[in-house]
This record gives sequence, structure tokens and C-alpha cells, in this order.
Amino acid sequence: MARYLLGRLLGLAAVLLVTSFLVFSAVHLAPGDPVSFLLKGHPATPEARAAIAAQYHLDRPFLVQYLTWLGNVLHGDFGRSVQFRQDVGPLIGSRLPGTALLIGYAAVLVCVGGVLTGVLAALRPGLVDRAVLIGTGVATATPPFVSAIALVSLFAVQLGWFPGPGSTGTGLGGRLYHLTLPAVALAVTLAGLLARVTRSAMLEQLAREHVEVARSRGVPERTVIRRHVLRGALGPIVTVGGTTLAGLLVSTSIVESAFNVTGVGQLLVQSVTAKDFPVVQAVTLLTVLGFVLVNLAVDLLGPLIDPRVSPATGGAA
Amino acid sequence: MSAVLTPAVRRPLLRRLRPLGNGPLFTVAVLVLGVLVLVAALAPLIAPYDPEALDLRSSLVGSSADHLLGTDQSGRDVLSRLLYGARTGLLGPLLVVGLSTAGGLLLGTVAGWRGGWADAVLSRLMDLVFSVPGLLVAIMFVAVAGPGLTAPVIAMAVAYTPYVGRLVHGLARQEKARPYLESYRVQGWSGWTICVRHLLPNIAPTVLAQSAINFGYALMDLAALSFLGFGVQPPAADWGAMINDGESALQQGATMPALAPSVCIVLAVVAFGIVGEGIADRLARRER
Repeated sequence: MARYLLGRLLGLAAVLLVTSFLVFSAVHLAPGDPVSFLLKGHPATPEARAAIAAQYHLDRPFLVQYLTWLGNVLHGDFGRSVQFRQDVGPLIGSRLPGTALLIGYAAVLVCVGGVLTGVLAALRPGLVDRAVLIGTGVATATPPFVSAIALVSLFAVQLGWFPGPGSTGTGLGGRLYHLTLPAVALAVTLAGLLARVTRSAMLEQLAREHVEVARSRGVPERTVIRRHVLRGALGPIVTVGGTTLAGLLVSTSIVESAFNVTGVGQLLVQSVTAKDFPVVQAVTLLTVLGFVLVNLAVDLLGPLIDPRVSPATGGAA
Repeated sequence: MSAVLTPAVRRPLLRRLRPLGNGPLFTVAVLVLGVLVLVAALAPLIAPYDPEALDLRSSLVGSSADHLLGTDQSGRDVLSRLLYGARTGLLGPLLVVGLSTAGGLLLGTVAGWRGGWADAVLSRLMDLVFSVPGLLVAIMFVAVAGPGLTAPVIAMAVAYTPYVGRLVHGLARQEKARPYLESYRVQGWSGWTICVRHLLPNIAPTVLAQSAINFGYALMDLAALSFLGFGVQPPAADWGAMINDGESALQQGATMPALAPSVCIVLAVVAFGIVGEGIADRLARRER
């Protein structure tokens, strides 16, 4: 286990190192000279040019530039945002709570909604199962911005139950209320996927002999489902659930843009549009970090939930 | 194609368990895709208006005989934009799937066939790409190369390659162990010839199924990028961009400019999913 963990951590470090190198060298791969690229869309006064050149150490050899930048990044210094005239670290910090709340909300919806729907479909063959299959088929094909449009149109414009895009509430309750439509939009695709995985994992377990044995011993059906079927099906559910949650880190930028949520995802989109490269670099790196960490956590959780799974062979049995 | 894919034995149980991806639904999905391709090809002939023609006097007109699906905020005919939008809507994913399938076939076959260090290096490389979310790669590409169709397509092609590569890798290793391929090697055929003439045709249907599923996902991802303003630039008609434009019209009570392209995207993705899973199902049944 320790060996496996060490290997995974090394792999993780390799991914981050390669990503950081690519993210850094992207500035040099872009057409034109790096200074103009980094200043794109902003007045290129000699002072500004000099500041950028100094910030990125553009007079030094490429590798030195990279290592200096990496050193700064490791100390939490991502440079200065061209667009907001503010250090990137605090800028992202100020946007983080909005995104964290949205992703957390959506994650709860995905897990609860997805698993419950999947369990329901597995236990009610026939009409319910069929309806769930069709519903999840459509849900998995509905990208978050399409859900956003549908939700805004129905619940904000027509019915007026929830506030439309661009408004924020006060206090935790108010903020959650305002984040409801964005969270649902973010959750729909992944909840559909998780429901399908849950359903097939449950069906697979239901057909197993140990379930039959438990029933014949007179174990109540609820207990059979909870202790024997759902427990056995947890492996794939956690694996797929975890990887889908990692996907939330990226699709949040779509939803934040659609609903005008002040978050990191919206910041990324704004910064790409405004050619604010230091922010793009920082958000990209942090997102990749979150993505690989969530995936690692999922792989480590697998064996804890289902001791038959060894971590080295992957999460799903 | 249908002759190859028709299952030898009908299995009513499987049909009952998997209502999606079989029977009439599969046919409907193929028809939907056929209509989409036809619309994309014939857009200039069948579109009632120029998709980029502005007419500010008839902004956000509801559906009527003149404008079947109404107009958007700039007075452009929604139906015409929808028909033209099918072109970039299909061209982008087609390029992504084509490039990633070619790349995946090459990397997967080499890794699976050669084994050894080539396998180790290529597998690590694919793992690396896997561990970075595709949409993020695309956003990064756009940040460097600017918006348009090129940067997102290249980025998504890179991101999708490992999905095909891993599949082909497994298939190639499986096939390599089979006696018929061994016999060709004994006869002194080169690895290249065996792979192109015998390995590829045998794994092609499975790869095709995966590609059809990937097509739907690529369509969603590219539409998302275009929704964010990173794809085809205005005033060109594109479903993702139309939804972005339509979002502000929603607040004014006009649903059609955003709703119509949304329906198109979901319909196309569902259809590609059904076709892909349908092919995979039939293959799985043939295997048994």
C-alpha cells in the first residue's frame, strides 16, 4: 500500500510538473513575442513592457525563466493580473468561496439524485426503470449550458420561483437559494451518468447468489437492499461518482458564465477573453491540481469501501 | 453495414434489459443523424434567409409564416441560423473524432503490438493526457492561439486520443495473442502488413462504436466552448454561440432563439449515443 501510494504521488507530481511546464511555455509558443502576448489588449507602454519582462525574467534563458516562475508558484506567487491590476493569488482567493459553494451544492445533488434515481430504477423494473433510462439518456446528453437555458427559462422567467442569472443572495441560505439553478444545471449531466452506473451496478449485485441466500435466510428486503446489494454496488458508484465530481471542477466555468456567478470558473473565462495570461495559468494549474487530487482520493477510497479491490488494479472491481 | 451487424441469434432478455440502443430507437437515431447531415450539406439551398442578415426592425419576432422559428435579437432568422449551425456543429466533432481516432489507432496499435518500452512510454503519455480535463486543455489552447474552430478542435482531438488509444491498445493485445495473427507472423509477414490488413479490420467495428459515442461528447464540448465565446466567432451561425446570444433574449420572454439550438444539440448527442451504444451492443452479442 505504501509503495502504491508513493508511486501514485510521484505520478501526481509528474503530471503537475509537465502541466506547469506546458502552461508556462504556452506563453512562448504563442505567435508574436511573449511581452506583446502577455500585454495583449493593453497599452504597451515601455514601463508596462519592462514590468512584464521583469516579472517573467524574459532576459534570462528559457529554463531559468521556467524554474524562477515555478519557484514563485510554489510560494503561492502567480504574478499580477493584467486585467484587474491585482495579485493573482488573492484574486483567485476572493473568487474561491463562490465556486466552492456551487461545486459542493452540485456534488450533493449529483450524489443524492444520481444514486437514488439509479437505485429506484434497479428496484422497480418495468415502467419506472424505462422512464429512468430515457430520462437519464436525455440528461447525460444535456450539456450544462443547455440545462442552464432550460432552467432559467422555466423557473426564473416563466414561473419566477428562482432568481435569474447575475444575482447573489446574502447569508448562507440566500446564497444557496440563488445558487440552486446553477447547481442543478451543473449536476444534471453527471447525475444522469451516476444514475445509470448505479442502476447497472445494482442490477449486477441483485443477480448474485449472496443476495438470493440473504433473502432465503429471511433477511428483510430493505436490509438485503441496503446491506447486501447497495454495499456491493458501492465500488463502481464511488469510482464513477468521484471522477464525475472531478469533472465539476471544469464544467463549473460554463455554468458560472451562464449564470454570472462570481467564481473561479467565470474568472478563467473572463481572463481568456481578456488575454489575462497570468490568471489563466494559475487557474489552469490549480484546476489540474484539484482534478488529480480528487481522482487520487477516489482511487484510495476504493479499497476502503470494498476490501476486495486492491488499489493497484484500479477502483472498480 | 447492417448485414455485418445483424446479430446471429436474437436475445429477447437482453432486448428487454436494454430498451435503449436497440430496435426502432436505433433506426430513429440513424434517421436523425441522416437528416442532420443532409441539413448541413444542403443548408444554403434550404435555408429561407441569409443566416447573418441583420434586420433590426424585426428583432425577436415570434414564430410566423415568414419566420418559422422567429428571429433573434438582431432580427436574424432562427431557422436559417439553425440549419447553417448544423455545419460547424458537425464539422468540428467530425474533425475531432477523425483526428483522435487516427491518433488513437496509431498509438494504441504500436503500444499493444510492440509491447516493451514503446508500450510503457505510450501508455504513460496517454495516462498523462487522461489526467488533465479536455475542456481545460481546450480553454488553454484558446488562450494561446485565440478563439475559432482550430484551437478547440486540436485541443479536443488531443484530449480524446487516449480514449481511443486505450481501447485499441487492449484490443491489439487481445488480437495479437490469437492464432491467426501468429500464423501470419510465422509466414514472415511484416508487423505493419499484418496490422493494416488483418488487425485493423478486425478491431474497426469496436473502434467505430467508440467513435460514434465520442462524436456526441465532442459535439457537446465544442458547443460548450462556442457558448463561452471561444469557438466560431460571430456573426457566423453556431448552435453554442446561438444559445449564448439567446440567453439575454430569454429575459425578454423570447425562448426560441435559445431553445431551438439547445434541442438540436441534445437531439444530436442522444442520437450519436444511441448509435454508438447500439453498435457496441450488437458487437457484444456477436462475441458471445
